[in-house]
Amino acid sequence: MASDLELTPDEQAVLDGATGEAAALAMRMVVALAHMVGAPRLLEVTRAHIDSCLFHGQAGLDFARHLADLGGRVVVPTTLNVSSLDLRHPALVRLQGQDRADARALMDAYERLGCRPTWTCAPYQLQDRPAFGEHVAWAESNAIVFANSVLGARTERYGDFIDICAALTGRVPDHGLHGDEARRGEVVFDCTGLADEVRAEAVVFPLVGHVVGATTGDAVPVVVGLPDASEDECKALGAAAASSGGVAMFHAVGSTPEAPTLAAALHDEPPARTVEVTTAMLCDARAQLTTSDATELAGVAVGTPHFSLAEFARLRDLFTDTGRSAQVPFHVNTGRDVWDQVVDRGWAGDLEAAGVTVVVDTCTYITPVLDATRPGVVLTDSAKWAYYAPGNIGVEARFASLAACVDSAVAGTVVPDPVLDLLVGPGAP
Amino acid sequence: MTLAARTLTPGTASGAVLLLHEPLSFWGGFEAHDGRIIDRNHPEHGTVLTGRVVAMAAGRGSSSASSVLAEAIRLGTAPAAIVLGRPDAIVALGALAAVELYGTAMPIVTCAAWADLPAGAIVTVAATAPGGPATIEV
Repeated sequence: MASDLELTPDEQAVLDGATGEAAALAMRMVVALAHMVGAPRLLEVTRAHIDSCLFHGQAGLDFARHLADLGGRVVVPTTLNVSSLDLRHPALVRLQGQDRADARALMDAYERLGCRPTWTCAPYQLQDRPAFGEHVAWAESNAIVFANSVLGARTERYGDFIDICAALTGRVPDHGLHGDEARRGEVVFDCTGLADEVRAEAVVFPLVGHVVGATTGDAVPVVVGLPDASEDECKALGAAAASSGGVAMFHAVGSTPEAPTLAAALHDEPPARTVEVTTAMLCDARAQLTTSDATELAGVAVGTPHFSLAEFARLRDLFTDTGRSAQVPFHVNTGRDVWDQVVDRGWAGDLEAAGVTVVVDTCTYITPVLDATRPGVVLTDSAKWAYYAPGNIGVEARFASLAACVDSAVAGTVVPDPVLDLLVGPGAP
Repeated sequence: MTLAARTLTPGTASGAVLLLHEPLSFWGGFEAHDGRIIDRNHPEHGTVLTGRVVAMAAGRGSSSASSVLAEAIRLGTAPAAIVLGRPDAIVALGALAAVELYGTAMPIVTCAAWADLPAGAIVTVAATAPGGPATIEV
């Protein structure tokens, strides 16, 4: 090995098999990663979030089963990302035969390894979540960017295989976003030139996120001019930036914890460059997130990343305000924990009466839930869904505000989006 | 001619050089069942990677690329070796998982001069241990 990686006696013992074959295998992977990135040591993590539980082929299942057969158990609290099934509403997902069996077998293997069956891409919405400064090993791009940016926890971009290896060892290489230097903001995205009424709208966040992701490259972006953003707004910005680009952390001055001021976000150094965010850029972003301007409406898909309790409250209000129900399929993805809270509050009946179908444990852009043969566009307020769904499930997507999604659903056709018109100028039907 | 490189994953393999003119995302951009590039926006769309020494500037996109590469190694449709301009742990971890599961080593190395590899020429990639030295013999 070329790099000067130093292991503690405990880490060396795990590598040598003292705590079992599964842990030794996992430590081999973590150590190999440390050598690849040139890390001087490993770091302890307090939790892990696993994305490997979504089936991408037999190799992924072989890996999880192999670890479980070797007696592997996670050594830190570990949550699970979405799968391709909804175990609460099995009939919603039209996956059949071997595909369904494989998906289920993978979920079972990760439960055998001691992971919590949370099945959500928004582990930051669970009651127990990382605190500021905590080192964690999280996979799933939107969760990574939320943990780093909004919680101020520290995680690198972990992915398939290494996520569970970190959970089985409680270790990751001391590298990247675990350290201070990599968290320094470098590219400033100045939104102060946007009109106040534009910046007050939630829909601006995924559009700015899309611009940030497509523009920032490898640098940590700093958004200026969107202070006091809610967690859901930051969620939308981060998920969009992690889809159009590889953003694993952003600062939003006055909104995220490591950016009380611009100078703090930049670690008191000058920015590499400053990008002035204009309405024209948001207009382009909207166009890039829309594969068809058709007004025929096939359905609505929201909740990517998983809908929060606050978002359910707003959705319920929007339907109540119209006094009507959706005339087309209206799907909302959420985690089972959030859904249980919605049910506890007595909102489930209202949503059902509004024609809303709730999907848990999975997401409508990765597994067959929607009827892709229905003519027309699927409206979404999620930049991430709009980015991936056309390629993944063969639908036409059209980006809109949540209010316009609801108005269109009750009208049964795409209606003008006053919120988006305000942002990017008239032009919507 | 011998190029110096750095090891991400160990192994020795030979094959014809395939230069990719854009970074490839194995997840969504590559089909493990037939080893073909399926990303319609990719300049080498439709090209089969199986058995080739694939050289590109960087990996790209989703962290699920690890799983797709491991599956391609399992199915025997993977490249013989990968030469990257910049390190990509996501791609490398897929190859390491395949070593653990199937005992199949696929060398992945980084080499700043990756674009100078002669397209179509048979080269041998010899990689030692993660982080260690490697060579590309043209």
